[in-house]
Parts: sequence; C-alpha cells; structure tokens
Amino acid sequence: MTMAAAATTTETDPMLPQPYSVREVLKETSDTFTLTLEASNGAGVSRFRPGQFSMLWVFGVGELPISISGDPAEHDRLVYTVRSVGEATHSLVSREVGEGVGVRGPFGRGWPVEEAQGKDVLVIAGGIGLAPLRPVIYEVLRNREKYGRLVVLYGARSPRDLLYRKELKAWARQRETQVLVTVDYGGLSWRGHVGVVTTLFKYARLQPARSVAFACGPEIMMRFVARDLETNGLARENIYMSMERNMKCAVGFCGHCQYGPHFICKDGPVFSYERMRPLLEKYEL
Amino acid sequence: MESLERIIAEHPFFAGLESYYTNLLTGCASNVRFEAGTYIFKEGEEANEFYLLRAGKVALEIFAPQRKPIMLSTLAEGEILGWSWLLPPYLWRFHAHAIEPVRAIALDGKCLRTKCEQNHDLGYEILKRFAQIMEQRLEATRFQLLDVYAVGR
Repeated sequence: MTMAAAATTTETDPMLPQPYSVREVLKETSDTFTLTLEASNGAGVSRFRPGQFSMLWVFGVGELPISISGDPAEHDRLVYTVRSVGEATHSLVSREVGEGVGVRGPFGRGWPVEEAQGKDVLVIAGGIGLAPLRPVIYEVLRNREKYGRLVVLYGARSPRDLLYRKELKAWARQRETQVLVTVDYGGLSWRGHVGVVTTLFKYARLQPARSVAFACGPEIMMRFVARDLETNGLARENIYMSMERNMKCAVGFCGHCQYGPHFICKDGPVFSYERMRPLLEKYEL
Repeated sequence: MESLERIIAEHPFFAGLESYYTNLLTGCASNVRFEAGTYIFKEGEEANEFYLLRAGKVALEIFAPQRKPIMLSTLAEGEILGWSWLLPPYLWRFHAHAIEPVRAIALDGKCLRTKCEQNHDLGYEILKRFAQIMEQRLEATRFQLLDVYAVGR
C-alpha cells in the first residue's frame, strides 16, 4: 500500500515571517523547553498537520526549522519543543513571555495519520523525536474509534531526559493504548526498562499485517528501528520516518536540505522507509 | 495449576519446539520466585541454570571499582535470563538483580548440558535459540554504545 502524505498549506507569503509572541515557556528537561506561541495580531494561527514544521525567526539571531509539537485541534496557538544546543536555539528558548518570534509555515509533508485509520498505529520515538510525533498521538486519541491499537514506544538517553512525563502516564491510561518507555542509561533508582528503543518491540504485542509505524529520532536510531520493524514483519511502505537536514528556505528553492533526489523541506520531512532505505545506508549523504 | 511442560512449551523462547523436546526439558525445570531487591546471581558465581522469565523485571548490572553498579539492561516477561551455563567456564559475567518480584522457570544447566550431549538434535535446537538471543542483544548493545541521543552534549 502506498500512502500519499499531507500537502503543504500556507496561506501567506511563505518567505514572510508572521509576528507571534511567546505565551508560555515550559521547561521539560535541563536543556529542552516547550514554547507556546500566539499570533501577535490576535488572529488564529495557521492550521497544521502532524509532522509539519515551521521556520522560527529569532530577530537578530537567526531562523530555525522546528517541528510543531502541539495539538492540531488547538487553533489559537502553535507549540514547539526545542532543545537548546546552539546560539539560535538557546536564544529561542530564552524568550520571555510576551516577546516576539517570527513564524513562517507550516511547511512540509507530515505523517499520513488519516490514511492509517483502521490500522494499529505504532509510534516510535527517540529523544526529542517524540515532539514531532506528539500531534499524531493527539490526533489518534481524539479519533479513537477510527484506529486500532495505539502503541507508543519511547526511548531516551536517561530518565532525566524524558519529555512529556505526565502525558506519557495519561496516554497509558487510555483504552487500547500501550505506552512503553526505556532509557539507554538508567540510574539505580530507575525501575523502568533499560535498553535501546528496539528492545521494546518484544513487549508491544505487534500485529504487523495491520500496523503502520511512525518513527522519529536520530537518523541512525530510525535506521535500526526500521530494520527491526521489517524483521518483525512490517512492510517497508507502512514504516514512516521524519528526516532532518539543514533547512533554510523551507520551500524547496535553496537546496540546503537536499537528500539524494529529495528536498527534505518540501518532499518531506516525513518519508516512507521504502523511499528512504536506498539512501539511509549511503556514506556521507 | 499449569504444568511445567505447558509453561515451557508456551514460553516465547521455546515457541515451536517439538513436544518430545519440551518433555526432555521439563525434567530439568523447576518453578522459582525472587523478591524485589534480591540478586538472582552474581558475577563470578557458578552458572548452573538459566531462567525463563514469566513475570517481573530483572536488571543486569556490572560493577566497576569505586563506582556504583551500572545497569546495562533490563529483562522482563517472555525473555531469557542467562547463557553462561552453556559455555565454559560456566561462570556468570554480570549480576542479575530482581528489581520487581520475579516469577520464572529455572532450567538446570548441568542437567540440560548432559541431555544436549546425549541428544545433539536437542542441543542444536537450544543453541540456535540462544544464538538468536545473543545476536539480538549484541545488536542492541552496539546501538546503545552509539549513544545516539548525546549529539550536542
């Protein structure tokens, strides 16, 4: 089965940042923050599909591609989860409530969530990769009767690096929903799983023939995940992954994010494993 | 009460194994329980058995001098604990720490080694299954060593 992905939707000039202001900054971990933005003119925000991203402009510092991590049904805000790893991301997460941020987008093709209806949905996230997948979880839980089981497998480096802890617990309480969390390095007080995210597959009660998998995390993690999913019986065309490259224009003009024959910003960031597999094992691509 | 043979036959590790072999294995098996906090075995001790985990969670730990124990991985229901019984010198390489109450089937390694020597078909079946577990855990360990979430730290 081939799934067509969601189309890009932008109502304004895609190159023109729209003025937004910070409504809330929530500290998730020592270096990761969730920002809630609202349109400065009081209007609603651009609608987005799970898996799409925006270009966030910190005036005087630079512009960053950041996946939207909020609920697609909340039309008065845009939510982003950002890890502070450099000057621009540090500046972004240091914004105070009320300060301005420029927003372009949303851009890109997201997760084919609607086309996964009727199937079990397997969400596999590593580290901050849970952020672009959170809208998928919101969407499935909101339309629970339209999907089979929801299985969320989440791996992080250590217990203190886990995102959305309260939500993970709340999701696990939903019907037909299984949430499993693991860490690569557990301290002695940790009583959860220790091991890489693929070690959770054996606890997930997978039904490969009726499952669609969405994976997001470091590229090498997705390579391991996709390979193991295939070994477990999932078809390549039912495994999707969100790719990442240095994006500048976000609309396929500049070529910064070219990956083989694809522009990650325009053709992705979500691709099927079927399309990515020939590229994933190429050196220095 | 479930029979040992049925529990063994239904454990994922022995899925598809002929009943003749599960019957042979049952002669080496016993039910065991471990309280949370206890050590099932420790590094350097003789490895005389392995465990089919039925419930609970076990942490594999390793000690380094002047450091706290390091938890390498956890194992839970449906998994196998221990393969040092299979290969000389038959000594455990890690600590196995029950971090939740554990129910398991213990299989006597000496008993099983004797049966495998007497019946090479059984030995080959057992070895194939352990080789697969070893391959999976080696792959997971390699993946873990990559420390993929550490970029930028």
